[in-house]
Amino acid sequence: MIRRTARPIARRGALAALGAGGLASLAAACSSSDPLAEETSDASGGGGGASDAGGGAAGALVVGSQAYYSNEIIAELFAQVLEAAGLSITREYQIGQREVYLPELESGAVDLLPEYTGNLLQYYQADAPSASPEEIAEALAGVLPDGLTALPFAEATDQDSYTTTADFASANSLTAIPDLAGVQEDLKIAANSEFEARPYGPAGVKETYGVDVALVPVEDSGGPLTVKALTDGTVQLADIYTADPAIQKNGLVTLEDPESLILPQNVVPIASSKVDDAAAAEIAKVTGALTTEELIALNTRSIDEQAKSADIAREWLAEKGIVA
Amino acid sequence: MNQLLAALDWLLDPARYSGPGGIPMRLAEHLGYTALGVVLAAVVAIPLGLLVGHTGRGRGLAVAASGAARALPTLGLVTLFALLVGIGLLAPTLAFVILAIPSLLAGAYSACEAVDPRTVDAARAQGMTEMQVLTRVELPLGMPLVITGIRAATLQVISTAMLAAYVGNGGLGRFIFLGLKTQDYPQMLAGSLLVIALALVLDGALLLVQALTRPRGAVPAG
Repeated sequence: MIRRTARPIARRGALAALGAGGLASLAAACSSSDPLAEETSDASGGGGGASDAGGGAAGALVVGSQAYYSNEIIAELFAQVLEAAGLSITREYQIGQREVYLPELESGAVDLLPEYTGNLLQYYQADAPSASPEEIAEALAGVLPDGLTALPFAEATDQDSYTTTADFASANSLTAIPDLAGVQEDLKIAANSEFEARPYGPAGVKETYGVDVALVPVEDSGGPLTVKALTDGTVQLADIYTADPAIQKNGLVTLEDPESLILPQNVVPIASSKVDDAAAAEIAKVTGALTTEELIALNTRSIDEQAKSADIAREWLAEKGIVA
Repeated sequence: MNQLLAALDWLLDPARYSGPGGIPMRLAEHLGYTALGVVLAAVVAIPLGLLVGHTGRGRGLAVAASGAARALPTLGLVTLFALLVGIGLLAPTLAFVILAIPSLLAGAYSACEAVDPRTVDAARAQGMTEMQVLTRVELPLGMPLVITGIRAATLQVISTAMLAAYVGNGGLGRFIFLGLKTQDYPQMLAGSLLVIALALVLDGALLLVQALTRPRGAVPAG
């Protein structure tokens, strides 16, 4: 869960890491709760959107995002599609971890935030087993606190994976995780240290697929250090998020997971009660069009061109004909 | 149970004191990384600092360079080096060396500078060579300051050595990262407490060395 907060720094490359670093993002996460409270009161005083007419309570909708560049792009898609529908939007991006932003959602300081089905389910129910995306979404609806709603999820997923190089995959005829059982050499996987404790970690893959892997902890959440460890042969496998452009760029192969060992992480908008049916219908236009390939394309623009999330979102919405 | 008690509880579990992931092993790794970083940095920085202090040349450069080096964030360096050389011990070691150099350099050149110039002149008047002046007069008299530099460098590296775990190594950072990322805060706190304890013990030991190396009759140099 926390891995997503550490990631944007690593993804922006080494120079950004010089300035920030994974630990710094923690500090940022802590400091973001107070300004947030101020922002909401400001917004209800100053925001003048079309939806304000109804009453004083209906101010601007606050759209938040995790401190993860890809999540911010999705949040910006939601924000722009709602603005196009005439709503007034306040943006609160780069809010640290679930421990920080979920209370903000529950208190109504944030109204809408893109989430990932599996991790969010396990936040509320640590022992939730892996299942199909639909079953996960259904279970999620059952555990969300009062006042929060999971809107229909997107086909796009951004989830953990067992990924290897194209060379290693072809040399050992690998297409799925169970094929690893036939590999003779000792398998090492680069992943964050918490991978050891995850249900899809070494113990889980042994139980489900009979595959032995040893963890090499690299704490940049599938970022450039993890990718480098894989491409330079230090490890044979790496846990890289499926929406990471690095997979295509480095010709990596994500092994299939026929038994759904890895928890599905479909993009899902989490909304407060201030998000009405009309707004939800607008958001559904985005989630309906958002596939993993589309998400990778959005992420690639952010990484390769360093384009701003607002520009990436505007162009994508226009291209898809969602916002003229 | 409060987090601190939970952390102590974690530390007292006998099961954690054996095996490759046990506390003794992680402590040893942590100490090893620290020693490696400080010793390598000392090999570079102490002779250089003594040279600067003895000759008085390049002092401005040494001060500016060590000041600038202090401002480098170590996690950034670890990441940068690991991107160049891959994960493993080399990248964090380089970063720790860079972290340790400024204090060691400052300790060494100020050790020479702190010696009374009249004493140095007297040594020269006795016919000592420059090398003898450095090794028999300036270094013994300035030794407490050299050790101060080593103390400062050791303290910095030992408190930063957890970053070795960021790129696939061991050390106490393993407890801290695993605790942080699995919301197992007692484990994270326990790892931090071990780092603090190690830092205090080592600092105390170096303080003792410092007291023992203080030359008899010399005015405490600091």
